[in-house]
Amino acid sequence: MTTSTALYDIPGPLARRRHRLYGVLATIVILAVVAWVLYLLFDTGQFTAAKWTPFAYEGIQEMLLRGLGNTLKAFAYAAVLSLALGGVLACGRLSVHRPLRWAATIVVEFFRAMPVLVMIFFVFVALKVQPLPALVTGLTLYNGSVLAEVFRTGVNSVERGQREAAYSLGMHKTQVMTYVLVPQALRAMLPTIISQLVVALKDTSLGFLITYEEFLHAGKLIAGNLDYDLPFIPVVMIISPVYIGMCMLLSWFANWVAKRQRHSPKTEAVEVAPPEPGTLMPGAGPHP
Amino acid sequence: MNVLIDNLALYGEGLLGTVELTVYGSLLALALGFVMASFRVAPVGSLRAFGTVWVTVLRNTPLTLLFFAVMLGLPRFGIVLPFQLFAILALGCYTSAFICEALRAGINTVPTGQGEAARSLGMTFVQTLGDVVLPQAFRSVIPPIGSTLIALAKNSAIAGAFSVTELLGTYKTLNELGYSIIWSFIWIAVGYLIVTLSISAIFNLLEKRYGVAR
Repeated sequence: MTTSTALYDIPGPLARRRHRLYGVLATIVILAVVAWVLYLLFDTGQFTAAKWTPFAYEGIQEMLLRGLGNTLKAFAYAAVLSLALGGVLACGRLSVHRPLRWAATIVVEFFRAMPVLVMIFFVFVALKVQPLPALVTGLTLYNGSVLAEVFRTGVNSVERGQREAAYSLGMHKTQVMTYVLVPQALRAMLPTIISQLVVALKDTSLGFLITYEEFLHAGKLIAGNLDYDLPFIPVVMIISPVYIGMCMLLSWFANWVAKRQRHSPKTEAVEVAPPEPGTLMPGAGPHP
Repeated sequence: MNVLIDNLALYGEGLLGTVELTVYGSLLALALGFVMASFRVAPVGSLRAFGTVWVTVLRNTPLTLLFFAVMLGLPRFGIVLPFQLFAILALGCYTSAFICEALRAGINTVPTGQGEAARSLGMTFVQTLGDVVLPQAFRSVIPPIGSTLIALAKNSAIAGAFSVTELLGTYKTLNELGYSIIWSFIWIAVGYLIVTLSISAIFNLLEKRYGVAR
């Protein structure tokens, strides 16, 4: 243990020996579970050649890559549009005009409380839109609303003195926003914004449910193929590392940015929040 | 309005399905999250590593992929359970990673001095944990756990697309019966609002009752 917690003292020699014993026991149990899973995989014939041959064919590789490309395309559209929507809604919520503020608040709170899938299905089924625009619309509405909250908290968390100093220099409110508050807030909020984009990337897989031809959809097509002895588990074994890898890369980037920002003089006036998945509580909570 | 009154039973069944998924999923997530959090703060290296892997992998897995793997993958191993149970399993495991992180952050907010003081009074490990550390951690984890459980309730909609009875799935039947799709979706939205706002209300009450006075 390098970090100390309130839970226990730094262990002495006896405790260390005991911990080592627990460690060995736990390792044995974990390895036993892993071995059991591997045994199950072999026992049900998941590593037979028939199930893995399809991945050697160029056509199937191309199909998977096309699916991955579609996933990334949906993500790119959703990311750009939700950042834009978030900006607009945040402007609305920070506005000095009361009706505008109320309207933006209602929109933000409603879309944050709705499951993304309900919005996607609504656009897809009720408005009869193609899968890609439906998916992008749903993701944009949800992530845009969450990002609006992120932007707003960011602007509000800039030290009060900054705003006061700007006003006392004779700047008007747009100048205060664009020259003083937003640049500092954006830098400080960058980690949170990136981790919200991870949520958007993960949610592109919802496109699978509305028959958008994305990565998971391509996998489903291969998995359902009788010629290759229904290679379901191999497909999962290939798809999940790619998905998890992409998301981990982006999360790691968010952490890296957060670590950099914490030591940066440019964000001194704002407290840099650690990157968190965007699941703030709707309604009155600790994050108003 | 007709859509709701004519199909009250259908909507009721769907709402009940969502509530069931949410409640059982939350219980599983809280239990698993607690176990994983205790692994992650344990002084035993291999348990810490296991907890870290669990959290990192599940936090970065799209829930649809997890549903896909659990619903269609586990039967390949001869594990055949009702779809609802599979859905609860997927939701619970996914959410447990977020609960674990919230709990761990809560435990880390307790100052080291609290534990040291407890031990210097001669309290045992169990007493330190149960009487000093956990009550303080509990106060600061109420809001994050609340938002995680709200996210779980919203995520339960995915189960509907995998043919589990719940609120979102009702649109299909209504569509076949020829009701206005827009209105059926409006009532589905209202159903979800009821669920998420009640969780939010419960946690606001808890926060008011037990939260840290700042």
